[in-house]
Amino acid sequence: MILDSKIPEGDIKDKWENHKFVNKLVNPANKRKYKVIVVGTGLAGAAASATLSELGYDVHSFTYHDSARRAHSIAAQGGINAAKNYQNDGDSVWRLFYDTVKGGDFRSREANVYRLSQVSVNIIDQCVAQGVPFAREYGGLLANRSFGGAQVSRTFYARGQTGQQLLLGAYQALMKQVNSGAVKLYTRREMMEVVLVNGKAKGIIVRDLLTGKMERHAADAVILATGGYGNVFFLSTNAQACNVTATWRAHRKGALFANPCYTQIHPTCIPVAGDYQSKLTLMSESLRNDGRIWVPKKNEDAKAIREKKKTPEDISEKDRDYYLERKYPSFGNLSPRDISSRAAKQVCDEGRGVANTGYGVFLDFRDAIERLGKDKIEERYGNLFEMYERITGTNPYKSPMMIYPASHYTMGGLWVDYNLMTTVPGLFALGEANFSDHGANRLGASALMQGLADGYFVIPYTLAPYIAEESEKVTTDHPAFKEAEQEATDRINKLLSINGKRTPVSFHKELGKLMWDKVGMGRNEAGLLEALEKIPQIRNEFWQNVKIPGSGAQLNVALERACRVADFLEFAETMAYDALDRDESCGAHFREEHQTKDGEAVRNDEKYTYSAAWEFKGVDKKPELHKEQLEFENVKLAVRSYK
Amino acid sequence: MKLKLNVWRQKDSVTEGAFENFNVNDVSEHMSFLEMLDVLNEDLITDGKEPVAFDHDCREGICGSCAMSVNGYPHGHRKGTTVCQLHMREFNDGEELWIEPFRAKGFPVIKDLVTDRSAFDRIIESGGYVSVRTGQAQDANSIPIRKENADVAMDAAACIGCGACVAACPNGAAMLFTSAKINHLNLLPQGQVEKNERTIAMVEQMQNEGFGSCTNHYECESACPKSISINFISDMNKAYIKSKAFGKAGI
Ligand SMILES: Cc1cc2nc3c(=O)[nH]c(=O)nc-3n(C[C@H](O)[C@H](O)[C@H](O)COP(=O)(O)OP(=O)(O)OC[C@H]3O[C@@H](n4cnc5c(N)ncnc54)[C@H](O)[C@@H]3O)c2cc1C
Ligand code: FES
Repeated sequence: MILDSKIPEGDIKDKWENHKFVNKLVNPANKRKYKVIVVGTGLAGAAASATLSELGYDVHSFTYHDSARRAHSIAAQGGINAAKNYQNDGDSVWRLFYDTVKGGDFRSREANVYRLSQVSVNIIDQCVAQGVPFAREYGGLLANRSFGGAQVSRTFYARGQTGQQLLLGAYQALMKQVNSGAVKLYTRREMMEVVLVNGKAKGIIVRDLLTGKMERHAADAVILATGGYGNVFFLSTNAQACNVTATWRAHRKGALFANPCYTQIHPTCIPVAGDYQSKLTLMSESLRNDGRIWVPKKNEDAKAIREKKKTPEDISEKDRDYYLERKYPSFGNLSPRDISSRAAKQVCDEGRGVANTGYGVFLDFRDAIERLGKDKIEERYGNLFEMYERITGTNPYKSPMMIYPASHYTMGGLWVDYNLMTTVPGLFALGEANFSDHGANRLGASALMQGLADGYFVIPYTLAPYIAEESEKVTTDHPAFKEAEQEATDRINKLLSINGKRTPVSFHKELGKLMWDKVGMGRNEAGLLEALEKIPQIRNEFWQNVKIPGSGAQLNVALERACRVADFLEFAETMAYDALDRDESCGAHFREEHQTKDGEAVRNDEKYTYSAAWEFKGVDKKPELHKEQLEFENVKLAVRSYK
Repeated sequence: MKLKLNVWRQKDSVTEGAFENFNVNDVSEHMSFLEMLDVLNEDLITDGKEPVAFDHDCREGICGSCAMSVNGYPHGHRKGTTVCQLHMREFNDGEELWIEPFRAKGFPVIKDLVTDRSAFDRIIESGGYVSVRTGQAQDANSIPIRKENADVAMDAAACIGCGACVAACPNGAAMLFTSAKINHLNLLPQGQVEKNERTIAMVEQMQNEGFGSCTNHYECESACPKSISINFISDMNKAYIKSKAFGKAGI
């Protein structure tokens, strides 16, 4: 298979304009005749549904939530980037482009990233027009902050609830279209299969989560905006229901899956407290602006803290190791996510972790409170401190917080070309569900930007050329629908008939732990081979020993979970294959074999300057690797250094 | 700690429900309320019994999915907290808890603790937006907004749409929810053009959904996990009367 990325000709600055001009258009009077399915109502999906229906397409939107407003995007806190240069601090489309390519550790496609930076400015305009209440200055203009180590202030925010406000904006735009009859919205529906006719996506099979009934929906194109797969680790900052099912089912039907091993770990989350833990809570990265990160220098001090025989205050200044400040003097506590995360793992692996599990480091505000006063700290972080206390029962004004890295975001996803179309014609992927813009590592505040860029400003232009050329109309009577529906029904019946001894969640936990240990923050050949041996064993046991009470003809939460876990159990193997293939360290993918003597990642540009796109060959079979070579014509390949 | 739970079980929307009792042991104070229910559910599944169904997703107090009353309080007794963020250290060893779905005419029970809150979506659908199409917007900084107004609009926009206000109200009113969205948009310059139509349409949709009316009990404000102010209700009432008086075209 040859991967054609369809990057337009011309100078990088003109590619998008040229492309929009040469693309075929669909006659406005005809758009109504074209039905488009959008799965997902997060930022990417809601924005796409609203916009495509405004253009005249007959849009049908699906979500497994009870309301479109509850998509995982709602939880994003920190902000959204845009190259507005409102602060006059030297930002530009070019700088955002440059930062994103560099931040992605030179593993993304330049043309896509440039387009993302270009449309970023329109996103903010659009959101403000919708009434998104971004933070403002006293003069009434928009406020910005610097985020995730960027040297310019280009991040727009709405308190600590930026994702919520952006999603409500997109949700309201969507509901406006529902009201006018231009969008038909289906809630509490889970997509189970993509339906292909003559190799092209022509519809989906969904399960009504309340009645268990399978439904067939036919369309001229199918768009997946179904989010990321961070919950493959079981514990993550993602919402509970986030899963890989939609993209995995599409993958099984022929859509290549790109760079599944690129998973981002966020350094500042509340550590695991016990076996019952269901999720990890992100503490905003902004805390690192004033908090100092440390662990004891001596293992016995750390042990004493774990056993509650000593308190952090008992450890004198000379016995503390502010390891980020020591190793990265110029960025210190603000070092990038991947670097901070690995450093925390390293000190904990050495036995110097402080949480009761051994996996936690201190984030200490003592010096900041001394320097700025408690009031100032309260003004800056009051709500975060309160949240921390609510969850842990510890008062961070008195005693340092404890943090540890957790799975947060997935850069990998369905392979898409410049038009955001997967390798299955007529099947598109937007937002976190695709792999397109962040390379091996995503910058803070850029996921919201990408989701909205894809939904509001890219797909409305890139869908038309496909629609204009594709004439075959199918209905749900086509045998392909019957077949796909049967596949989904059989899968559910099989799951219900096993009647084994273990819960779906217990398998998810087992898989998650294996992935975290072997395919997590640090990876090596032996560990990856071990994972590849164990994943199929867990999967086999799952299919023989899972227990799901109740029937398939009703709301059945255990069955929903089992379906999702089943897909994670297949997907995880591809993720491990990808991590094994990529015998270099880049961005968030750290192969322990490839590091400098101070533990810095070492890329291998000669061999690995490609996106790895995997083709499904069957369960228990090794997927086939296809490579999209990446060209860097505008940003020079260089070593990322934060020393 | 050990707890005695009385959990509402209801097979579906048509079958009558009842409380079922469970004894849970080994509850850690660090667990969230939903994690305590997860542990119960794991045990139920292992015993071949159906787990307790409840809506939840983000478990960070922002998506508005989780919704249940604990001892009569929507989201439990702790102020400004969703039930997913309520931790077991708020309870005492040996305590007996009553866990029920949000009860309101506008929220029919679907199963166990899961209710149908789609009425909220229909209220938004009736007018809770600015009618701007993608691509029509002018530069974001061409509309300066007083910081104070933007801040109050944000206070209103912080609503998570969970429905605790409705469950807490003796009349089952949805005034706090509806007024939060109306005020969020009416306070901003972008929302002025459609202010009257929006207010009328949303208030009337709310009434058509079978929600009661406000008789100033203030229960909604105290149950709201985001502490949305009841002042928004009086502002909405004023806006509604004005809109009606001046007609949809407004002044
Ligand atoms: C705690 C947290 C904080 C974050 N903070 C930031 C931040 O400050 N800035 C930033 O830029 N990014 C942030 N991110 C990342 C960002 O929020 C996400 O990457 C982004 O919101 C994803 O949007 P999306 O539209 O692609 O998918 P989602 O919002 O995940 O939406 C997926 C949609 O697909 C639906 N769906 C999925 N599968 C199916 C199926 N099989 N059938 C039917 N429907 C389905 C879901 O119901 C949902 O509607 C944060 C992430 C987390 C976890
Ligand atoms: S689960 Fe999202 S608010 Fe409680």
